Amino acid sequence: MSVIEFRDVHLALGGRPVLSGVDLNVGAREFVGVLGPNGAGKTTLMRAVLGLVPPSRGAIRVLGRPAARGNPAVGYMPQLRGAIASMRLSGWDFVAGVVDGHRLGLPFLGKAARAEVDRALDLVGARDLARRPLTETSGGERQRLLLAQALIGHPRLLLLDEPLISLDPHHQRAVVELARSLQGELGITVLFSAHELNPLLGALDRVLYLGRSQAALGTVDEVITGPVLSRLYGSAIDVVRVNGRIFVMSGHHDAERDDHRHDAPDGRCGSSGAHAHHA
Amino acid sequence: MLDYDFMRTAFAAAGVVAVVSGAVGYFLVLRGQTFAGHALAHVGFTGATGAFLVGVAPLWGLVLTTVAAGVGMGLMGERLAQRDVAIGLVLSLALGFGLLFLHFYTAFATQATALLFGNVLAVETGTVWTLAALGAVSLAALAAISRPLLFASVQPELAEAKGVSLRLYSVLFLAIVALATAECAQIVGVLLVFSLMVGPAATAQRVTSGVGTGILLSVALALAEAWIGIALAFFTDWPSSFWITALSAGAYLLAALPRPAWPRQASLLSHQALDQPAPSLTPRKR
Ligand SMILES: Nc1ncnc2c1ncn2[C@@H]1O[C@H](COP(=O)(O)OP(=O)(O)OP(=O)(O)O)[C@@H](O)[C@H]1O
Ligand SMILES: [Mg+2]
Repeated sequence: MSVIEFRDVHLALGGRPVLSGVDLNVGAREFVGVLGPNGAGKTTLMRAVLGLVPPSRGAIRVLGRPAARGNPAVGYMPQLRGAIASMRLSGWDFVAGVVDGHRLGLPFLGKAARAEVDRALDLVGARDLARRPLTETSGGERQRLLLAQALIGHPRLLLLDEPLISLDPHHQRAVVELARSLQGELGITVLFSAHELNPLLGALDRVLYLGRSQAALGTVDEVITGPVLSRLYGSAIDVVRVNGRIFVMSGHHDAERDDHRHDAPDGRCGSSGAHAHHA
Repeated sequence: MLDYDFMRTAFAAAGVVAVVSGAVGYFLVLRGQTFAGHALAHVGFTGATGAFLVGVAPLWGLVLTTVAAGVGMGLMGERLAQRDVAIGLVLSLALGFGLLFLHFYTAFATQATALLFGNVLAVETGTVWTLAALGAVSLAALAAISRPLLFASVQPELAEAKGVSLRLYSVLFLAIVALATAECAQIVGVLLVFSLMVGPAATAQRVTSGVGTGILLSVALALAEAWIGIALAFFTDWPSSFWITALSAGAYLLAALPRPAWPRQASLLSHQALDQPAPSLTPRKR
């Protein structure tokens, strides 16, 4: 049975098309990297799987049922927002707020619910940092707490939206490895969106590449090719492989990086790939 | 001091209001909507002065306009509820209208001062019961929605995905804030609502990072600040609102002062915990 199934899906936001006529199938226990330039629709696609963006045409099925809000079997880590960093709340309470959070009543947790919070924190190795208030955590530590939140409720499908944003290469690798090992350990399906392909290369089963309202899903060798990406970018794209790393080049520029440069915080992202421009 | 009827009434009224403000204020600060709470109080001023004009008790004018404005703000959604300029404009417009109503009804200049700055020593015995009833309603409503409200506050996108309606809880919460604001204005006046709604909650969140402890501490602080403020007003003959604002600001400053010794101890403890053998999946005592 496929975990995510898109049939001729059209998605639009504010009247503007984001996806047009996309068909795809993601199976159980797959680790899929979701890639594409800024505004390609990675976040929108995940929100559609969650039932937050209804398709204007076509149908989305998740775990055999039509996509709908409130599916406990789907975990979600939203693209990181600044507001969390200023919350004077401990990491533990931040994660605990998610347990049965849709039910009315007082936010006090029973024994089983507390054990579930601890389990999620243990899975991401955040038990100790969860004692600190969020205001005293780093970006990478907050990512781990967000991941713990997504794991609450024993999801069978995990949607991780840009977990690598604002992390240095070392922490990027740690987060990818963590997500990959969780996927294997729990036997779940993971959609992992990212700005860049290379940090994900070792972990991926397949790539879902978005661009110009189109989508391509397949192995790295099937999707990361000049013809496929040229179609998705709408311009001539060359794929260059150097020492096991892959660069998507538009003319003499690294297309992935150029597209994302503007939202890379304090230029950290730019350093490691600078050589690509002269490749 | 407790021999006087008006003092007993004042303590009772302030006690009720402090408990409500402390609890509601905790969520207000957590959600970063303190300015919205401030604005609601100002809108209430228009309602109260309008109530004078038509000969209704100002408390009902307050309740009616703050709740209407709270629901309106909630319906307009996050976009407006957190936009400072729009709120600021509504706030000053409301005060302007309040002034206009006063202009038509000049006999109530002292009432205006009481509305703006509060006068807890003049609260009537009957009003205490009204405050207690309103307070019970807001606390019961807050208790009923507190779990999804917390979820929607700390992680809105995930809450939405899990089926929590952000707008519904935003509206309900702002209606509760509006009720609390109207109550609070009886004690410290519309201009100083911040001192009981926001001060204790913000102080509590500086001191503790747990939700349960935070709410309890916020309530305890609000209660202490209100009661000590009234006692000090009794002995000094200075306005009680002055004392409450002073205590509220003082407590926050104390909590905000850097404490170099504390975090070091905490991190030492967590290192010891790290040295222990592999973590198990059994629940940790909190
Ligand atoms: N609320 C909205 N109303 C109208 N258009 C929107 C809205 N939100 C996003 N869009 C548009 O929808 C498109 C897809 O946005 P989306 O956030 O899904 O992209 P993304 O691939 O996640 O981008 P990023 O890499 O920047 O996170 C973009 O062109 C964006 O401008
Ligand atoms: Mg996105």
